[in-house]
Parts: sequence; C-alpha cells; structure tokens
Amino acid sequence: MIGALVCLGLLMVLDLTTGPSGMPLSDVWHGLLAGPQGDDRMVATILWQLRMPQTVMGVLVGACLGLAGLQMQTILGNPLASPFTLGFSAAAGFGAALAIMFGSLIPLPAFIVIPACAFAMTLVACGLVYAIARLRGATPEILVLGGIAVLFFFQSLQSLLQFLASPEVLQQIVFWLFGSLLKSSWTSVSVTAVIACACLPFIARSTWALTTLRLGDANARSLGLSVEAIRRHTFLIVALLTAAAVSFVGTIGFVGLIAPHVARTLVGEDHRFSLPLAAITGAIILIGASVFGKFISPAAVIPVGIITAVAGVPMLFAVIAKRGQRGMS
Amino acid sequence: MTARLVLRDVDVLHGRTRIISGVSASIAAGQMIGLIGPNGAGKSTLLNAIAGQLPSKGKILWSGNPVDPRDVGFMPQQCQVRADLSVLEVILLGRHEQLGWRIGDDTLSAATRILHFFGIADLAARGMPTLSGGQQQLVLLAQRLMRQPQLLLLDESTSALDIRHQMHVLKLLKDYIARTGALVVIAIHDLNLAARHCDSVMLLNGGALVGHGAFEAVITPDILRSVYGIEAEFITSRSGIPVILPLSPTSVETVPREEPR
Repeated sequence: MIGALVCLGLLMVLDLTTGPSGMPLSDVWHGLLAGPQGDDRMVATILWQLRMPQTVMGVLVGACLGLAGLQMQTILGNPLASPFTLGFSAAAGFGAALAIMFGSLIPLPAFIVIPACAFAMTLVACGLVYAIARLRGATPEILVLGGIAVLFFFQSLQSLLQFLASPEVLQQIVFWLFGSLLKSSWTSVSVTAVIACACLPFIARSTWALTTLRLGDANARSLGLSVEAIRRHTFLIVALLTAAAVSFVGTIGFVGLIAPHVARTLVGEDHRFSLPLAAITGAIILIGASVFGKFISPAAVIPVGIITAVAGVPMLFAVIAKRGQRGMS
Repeated sequence: MTARLVLRDVDVLHGRTRIISGVSASIAAGQMIGLIGPNGAGKSTLLNAIAGQLPSKGKILWSGNPVDPRDVGFMPQQCQVRADLSVLEVILLGRHEQLGWRIGDDTLSAATRILHFFGIADLAARGMPTLSGGQQQLVLLAQRLMRQPQLLLLDESTSALDIRHQMHVLKLLKDYIARTGALVVIAIHDLNLAARHCDSVMLLNGGALVGHGAFEAVITPDILRSVYGIEAEFITSRSGIPVILPLSPTSVETVPREEPR
C-alpha cells in the first residue's frame, strides 16, 4: 500500500513536469512553493490553473473508477464487471451528447451544462437498473441483464444523436467520448472530490459486508447479511462514483476493470485493503496514462481514454495470466 | 427455562408446488436432532425455512419469538467458497457485524480457539480455493460456531468428510451442545451416524413429518421399506446402538424430485 502511494506520488510529480510547454522539476518545485499567486506568472498559471487540476482530477477519477470497479465486481460476483457493464458510461455519453447538441437552449455555460447532463443521465441509467432490480430482485443476473438493456438503450440514443448532429457538433461529441483530463478545472475537481468524499463513509462501513459477500450469496445470507440490500446500496454508490468520474472528463475504459484485479492480486479479498488499493491503482493507471500520453506526443496530448483503452488490453492479459493459475473468481 | 424450537403447521411452497406440508414439532434445546429422509423429502427446504431463508406459512418460533436469521448458525448444503480468502479471514467473517477496521484481540483469540477446537489451526493461512471440499466444510462449520449460535442448523454439513472427520465433527457438536445448551438440527443421510450421535430424529418423507423421536422408535424395518425402499438388517452394537445393514432395494424408485434451495 505504501509502495503504491509512493509510486502514485512520483507519477503525480512526473505528470506535473510534463506537458506541451515542458517545465523542469526545479520550476515545478518553486512554483508549488510559491503558490497560485507566485511571482513567475507563467509558471504559476501553467502549474496551478492547467496541470494541477488535470493531475488532481486524474487521481480522483482513477480512484473513483477503481473503487467503483471493485465494488461492482464484488456485488455481481463477476471478474469482468466494471462501471461500464451496467451502461453508466453510455448514459453519461448520451447526456453529454444531448447537452452538446441542445445545450445552447439552456442559459448556462457549456462547462456546467455538459457535465450536469452527463451526471443526470448516469443517475437515470442507475434508476432504470435499480427499478428493474427492485421489481425482479437484486440478483447479479438481473442487475447484469438490466445493465445490458440500459447500455444498449443509451448507446442507440447516442448513435441517433451522432447521426443527426452536424459535423462540428459530431466532432465535439466524439472528443468528449474520448475521455480526456484536458477538460479538468478546479470546479470539476471540487465537485468530483465532494461526491467521492460523500461516498467514502458508506464504502468504509460496508467493507466487511462486501468481503462477506465474496463467500457467495448462500453463505453470506446464512451469516445474517441482507444480500439484496447491500447489493442495492453498493450499486447506488457505484453509480455516484462513476457519474462523478465520467461526467467531467468523458469515457475512460479499462481502469475500473483492471485496478480491482491488480488490488486483489496484491492484497487479496479483504476489502479493508483491496478497496483503498483499487483506488490508488486506478489513480496510478490514469496518471501513468496521462504521463505516457504527454511523453509520446508532447505537442498534442493524446487523451487518456485512448491510452487506457490501448494499454488496457495487454494489462488485462497480464492480470488474467497471473490470476489464471489460481482460478479467476 | 429451556429454549424451544416450535414448528406449527409449517408449509413451504415453491411456486404452486407444496414442498413442505403441515410440519409441526416442538424441540427442546440442549440436544442434537437428526433430520433424516430420502432425497427430495424436504430436509433442505425445512432447514431453509427455519433459518428464515425461505418464506413459509405457519409458525416457526425460537424461544417463543420468530426466528431472526442473524441469531441462527445456518450452514446451507451448497456453500463452497471460491474467493481467495484465507481460512482465518473466513472464520473472522463469522462475526462480520462486529468487525471494525482493526480486528480486536478478543475476536482474534476467539477465532484461534475455534481453529484449535476443530483441529484446523495449521490451515489458518491457507487460501480457501486450495482446500479440499471436506476441509472447506470444516472451515465453514467452524465459522458458524464462531457466532456462538444457540440454534445451529446444518444441511448435510458432514457429507464431504471422511468417516473419521464425520465422527470428530459430530463429537465436537455434542461438546458444543454440552457447553452452551444449544439446539443443533442436522440434515444427515447416514442413518448409522444419526443413530450413534443424534439424541432424536425427525423423519421427513414427501414434505411431511412421518416420525419424530428416538432413533429406534422412528426407524423400523417397515419404515425403511416404505420410506427408503430398502430391505435392511438391524443389528445392535456392543454399546447398544442400532446398526442398519442395507441388504437390497425393494423396488426401483423413480428419480427423486429436486429440492429447491
């Protein structure tokens, strides 16, 4: 855990030192010490207004996706589950696309309308799956089937909007869907941090219940755990974390899938340890992707969503190979 | 006053099919009851209903109150653990409601005691997926005892154990009853084990209770013929315990219906 935190700290420093305009470590250090009102205005602006929000947002989004992914895999008892399994990201994408197309009708700036719509639509998707689970029982099968239905529904609506959009609007929609930390600001950092912090007490309280759920439904139920209730509560937390993560930066795949596997491989199934480590691992993956994106293309930063999608496949193979010997469960 | 498990006209329906019909019994704590009967008799269903895991009609009372699933130690039939948890972690989860971020010394020593009680202390650090079915069964049974339940419901919880471990576990359960005054109801297929270790038996057939009392009074040649469809020889051991020696099936039965779980 400490090693992972040190690794994350180093990556954050590296992330702050890289970017289109470059910046040596000494300037970053002095810029950090001088604060946002430092004498060197250029350094202060680049560091405090551009890079710092992106780095902090990367940590928050990665942590949210890592936490959401592990909880999702636990409540569904499915190692392939991630925040995207239940259609949350498709809903966020549709919400953002809707705002990009028709946001001008709302008298508010785009940087508020787009994430607000994405957030709201994620909660609508959550509400739909939740309603299905209430009606038919919150079993993993029902949740996954409901999620797949919601996923296809919102993907279809997203495609429809893309079909109707003008080339300029379509370009904006596609860019949003890429998932990029460049959209970050201190406002988005604050909102995401508040939502993540609001979820933390609930997550902390349910660590043992989630670990007990790993014994299987029959065992957990016979130990007095209200399996359906814990599944529904966790599902709501996952929806909030995912909404907070994707609403501002767009769709970022694989982090929520891989971070939980890495955490479980390192510390096992005890959620007291695997949840924090999944959060840190998610942050490491995202910041690592950000650094890599800036390193290979300093002039035009490649969106992290593309990097995580490309790097995610070999990482997933590595995790499968590692866990495969012990049986993936 | 001794606690009692009271079943009054208990019916359990699976869809429109009646799995358990009109089971009534009153059982005092401080003993081990063997729940016996052929496949599909309704043993698992009745245990699930008593444990509050299945909806039922009629009354199921423990010490005069409806059974609270949190107060019962229930071990269902299919409960293999595939998650990569250590044996010690699984034992600790027996008290998951009481666990905090830091596990107290009391809880840890209780878990260690249970591991020693079951003779599985050497497995404490082993991962559950690395254990055999029988070892897993021992661990999960130990986990239930970690809760110190006064009502322990076990659904074929010794089925994966070898004969030595079966006898060992049943002896441990008797010790547990002697120490705590608990009631243990165990669904069991081995009639000879039931005869040796259970204080009394409940015989289920076709979802109905067809006999309840001392083993010798409930299990007779006629009952074995009509309920189990076998001819058997009854021998009395030197210690006076009846031993059943199955001879032959009286008829070829149709495939027994599956019990819902």
